[in-house]
Amino acid sequence: MFDIINNSFKKGLLTEKFILPQDESSRQIDSAGEQLKKIIHKLYGRSLHLREVDTGSCGACESELIALSNPIYDIQRFGVDFVASPRHADALVVTGPVSRNMALALKKTFNSMPEPKFVITVGDCALKGGIFRDSYYAIGDIQSITGSVVLHIPGCPPEPIIILHNLISFLKQKS
Amino acid sequence: MQAENIIRDLRAKNINPIEVLFLNSMEIEVRINKEDFKAACLFMHTKLSSSVMALFAVDKRQVNGNFEIRCVFLAKEIPLWVSIVISVAEGFLSFDSLACDIYSSALFERQIKEMFGIIPEGNPDQRSLVLHEEVCPEGTLPLRKDFTPVQAVSKKEYQFNKVEGDGIFEIPVGPVHAGIIGPGHFHFSVAGEPIVNLELRLGFTHRGVEKLFEGKTLEQGLKLSECVVGDSVIGYSWAFCRAAEAILGVKIASGVFNTRAICLELERIYNHFTAISGIALDVGFSFPAQFISVLKERVLRLNKKLSAHRYLKGVLSLGFARNIFDKEAVAYMLDELKLIKRDIKEAQGILYGSVSFMDRVDETGILRKKTAEDFGVVGLAGRSSGVSLDLRRVFPEGYLQAGFRLVKKDRGDVLSRLIVRLDEIEESLRLIDVFAKQTDVLESPKINFPVQGHALGAVEGARGPVIYWLEVSDGKIERCKIVDPSFQNWQGLSISVLGNIVPDFPVCNKSFDLSYAGNDL
Ligand code: SF4
Repeated sequence: MFDIINNSFKKGLLTEKFILPQDESSRQIDSAGEQLKKIIHKLYGRSLHLREVDTGSCGACESELIALSNPIYDIQRFGVDFVASPRHADALVVTGPVSRNMALALKKTFNSMPEPKFVITVGDCALKGGIFRDSYYAIGDIQSITGSVVLHIPGCPPEPIIILHNLISFLKQKS
Repeated sequence: MQAENIIRDLRAKNINPIEVLFLNSMEIEVRINKEDFKAACLFMHTKLSSSVMALFAVDKRQVNGNFEIRCVFLAKEIPLWVSIVISVAEGFLSFDSLACDIYSSALFERQIKEMFGIIPEGNPDQRSLVLHEEVCPEGTLPLRKDFTPVQAVSKKEYQFNKVEGDGIFEIPVGPVHAGIIGPGHFHFSVAGEPIVNLELRLGFTHRGVEKLFEGKTLEQGLKLSECVVGDSVIGYSWAFCRAAEAILGVKIASGVFNTRAICLELERIYNHFTAISGIALDVGFSFPAQFISVLKERVLRLNKKLSAHRYLKGVLSLGFARNIFDKEAVAYMLDELKLIKRDIKEAQGILYGSVSFMDRVDETGILRKKTAEDFGVVGLAGRSSGVSLDLRRVFPEGYLQAGFRLVKKDRGDVLSRLIVRLDEIEESLRLIDVFAKQTDVLESPKINFPVQGHALGAVEGARGPVIYWLEVSDGKIERCKIVDPSFQNWQGLSISVLGNIVPDFPVCNKSFDLSYAGNDL
């Protein structure tokens, strides 16, 4: 217990300020967090909940998504969170080239989500199959299962900061 | 014990090889008659006290009209890879199963049947592993050369093993889980609280990786190898390079070795952090879990600073490694690692100092040494159960000079796996210190393409040995067999949880930290 308290004092706050890159107007704002919070509040009431499904990824894309919740990125401060059930989710995040074995599970997950909902693909594999495009077992076409994909975040894997940035720019457009 | 002696003893058993090939100083190949297959494998299994490290088929019909079955053992003391090779003619597509005598061969045999349609005669379980009946029609044999995808969808259903009796109930979990994690289906049979059986059904992330390698050049193959298991980029690409370099006859310079080895140890460190953080999180001890997730982030950022990629993609090339360690980079890395070392000590103190935490991990999820050996459990999971196999010690190269120390524990519970991880991190940090003293990367070697031949390459990745077997003709990959340590270790996990309660499953699972992508390929 003492170790923990001691450690907390010594380390202080680890969360990094998040500045929107490539966007002059937002450079003046210290942290994009406030802005994002407002957008999410406007669009979704209080928070944006994501449900993640791995459809055959190599594991690195998930690793980066998990990193978003660590104390450094702390995505929850913006009102964004990953949830355990599709019933609680506003959006579906998909990684991997859609292995045939996952097609049904993906469809079921998507169908269990309440409307309105949308799909985000993370990583090069997720949109068209990426490096696994020519495989006999990758469907590679997530649109045929879930309808449309409104946001694709490229990279192999995309870094957490890139995922955050893309998510925020997208939500800004939407608002 | 010498390679020649092994062959002599084999002959003494009345098994006369058709041919013995000394491929290189670390690999021999013994071709025998099909009838002798089982006897020869049993002989190697006991003589070398090795589990089946790989067992796979190769479609050679275009060359000689036959399939080939290869069973690979590891002689730890010599050190040497020994492959027993038989031919299987098209009209007689079967071979004697080893599964009832050498359990570590069972899954491999199922794989051969699934991918090539060659029957392991006598294997009691011949169900498919990754090609799920529900979506993949019978007669789909993807690794045959003349494979064309079958479109029609079958409606067959997978049969789980049934446990019957009063009060037994079943808990199916997955494939989609609650967190951000790979997909797999776990079928628990429970009597009251304790788990009496756990059957795993994996294969959800099957992408046909081995087939994708076929027809690629070695350079293209190297690129693909970096994407097979995302948290083991160096482990996979280095093992690929080793196989390719053995075929090419290229020896790497010591500076190149050191660069690769540092990267591999960095990879091991951040993977151990993932697992340790997961163990803490799954017993609800979130402070150290978050604390260690920050350390993982620090290593990933260090990777990025060194190589411009958080997972070290693009560092390795055939016979070479990018020169990412100039003086400045080394100094920066060592400084950073010093801080990480200090922090990991603190995290260790917090974990070991919590009685309730220790209570959850101590004697939980025990995997005994005998079971681990029988199932061929390798790598970290094996070492935590007392199996002293680490390829860094078997094939020492630069590790010998660095004074590599093998970390081992005997109890095989979650705590052992935690301690082994923490101790391995310390050893990795020490190794990096030693290797960083000499990273002067030399000229990249001249390589003559195209090439022919086949060879095996392996490294001790974060989870255990990553093994590649490559066959190349005219510079193109003909067959690529990959064995991920998770392949056998998943079985170890399913046994270790027996008798434990269901809420302890997640923490057992995290202590193994196995790969879905590597198992399913
Ligand atoms: S995009 Fe790259 S990192 Fe992501 S799952 Fe695919 S191969 Fe892995």
